[in-house]
Amino acid sequence: MTEGCSGANGSCQCKTGDRREDAAMQSRRNFLLRTAALATILAPGVTLYAFGGEAAAANPTPPVSSKVRWGLLIDASKCEESCTACVEACSSAYGWKSTGHPGTDPQWIRKVSAKDPKSGAGFSVPVMCQHCANPPCVDVCPTGASFKRADGIVLVDRHICIGCRYCMMACPYKARSFVHEPVTDQKPDAPRGKGTVESCTLCAHRIDAGGVPHCVEACKKAGREAILFGDLNDPSSEIAKRVATYRTARIREDLGCDTGVYYTNI
Amino acid sequence: MVRALIAALLLGASIAGVYVPAALAQSQTGAQNDLVPHPPKGRGEHCVADTAFMRRYHMTMLKHQRDETVHEGVRGKPFSIGGCISCHAVKGADGLPVSYEDPKHFCRSCHDYAAVSIDCFECHASRPGPKPQDASAEPEPGAPGSTALANYLQESHP
Repeated sequence: MTEGCSGANGSCQCKTGDRREDAAMQSRRNFLLRTAALATILAPGVTLYAFGGEAAAANPTPPVSSKVRWGLLIDASKCEESCTACVEACSSAYGWKSTGHPGTDPQWIRKVSAKDPKSGAGFSVPVMCQHCANPPCVDVCPTGASFKRADGIVLVDRHICIGCRYCMMACPYKARSFVHEPVTDQKPDAPRGKGTVESCTLCAHRIDAGGVPHCVEACKKAGREAILFGDLNDPSSEIAKRVATYRTARIREDLGCDTGVYYTNI
Repeated sequence: MVRALIAALLLGASIAGVYVPAALAQSQTGAQNDLVPHPPKGRGEHCVADTAFMRRYHMTMLKHQRDETVHEGVRGKPFSIGGCISCHAVKGADGLPVSYEDPKHFCRSCHDYAAVSIDCFECHASRPGPKPQDASAEPEPGAPGSTALANYLQESHP
């Protein structure tokens, strides 16, 4: 709108120009909104029909905001060593499974057990991508495929991933996997293919739709509720309250990654 | 020089005059027999944009929207690969939607003809998921979409 200010002779007629342009913008917007009732003109001779099919079921979700920081709080005292409900739910939802090569099989989430050899005391917790605020995988990625969303979720854009696996080496949590074998029959919500790196997405598509990650849901279904999901930036959220109240730990906090996954009772 | 140019133009026009009506006649009469691909029709009344526009620019629109979706989490916009797949699913002999392996697949019906090899389906699902397709729950084309579009315009150009 302020484009009207730059006159050829340098004279500025902002006031009248702005008003006139405002009116023009207003009528243009009204016209556009009216047209939108049926169809809108995308380019001369091209009509974008109102959204049809399944896309019409929902309005487009707004872009993610940095006001939110999604995180998990995992309570080791509620996590049973024998239970792998979270791992199974993730695996079946996204279709990653063993290909017979345990050394290189994809693992988006795994159960890790630790035991003090002296006392025998131990715990078992799920470990997945820790969704760092300062992710080393993003620092090292040569193509920008490894990135952090505004809401704190760390993802791989597999459209531009070249499969170099630098991120796998940089990740202190061993959270990323490389797909070595061709993949067929992918799930519509889980595109994944040979030659790219993948990891836990914190079920970004479910979060965008207002849901919770599969592991959280499965843990609740298994009757344990060991994983709590929520917005760490919202002081009124259950997860923020618990993190503020109880002593929690994060894996390798000394590295300064500022992870979004908190553990308690470990 | 000028005369040669005019002669060339006339020659060109006469060749086009012979071939164009012939091609038109062929496309009108032998609709199923000619070599031009006939991609299967999708569900609903029309696609998210004109056929001509979709033919020319679907790849650009998909690419543009994929970045918005992956990086910004914007979901539910019209040019999604999932949208193409669910609207244009082609059923095979077993009554289930065919995958990209099958030459009957919507995308392959043109790409085979144009000799364009795409790698979308090395990662993406080439058939709709096992979601129950409830016909009664299908939104009327036009109504909810126009609201979405109006909202989008309001939001992006306040």
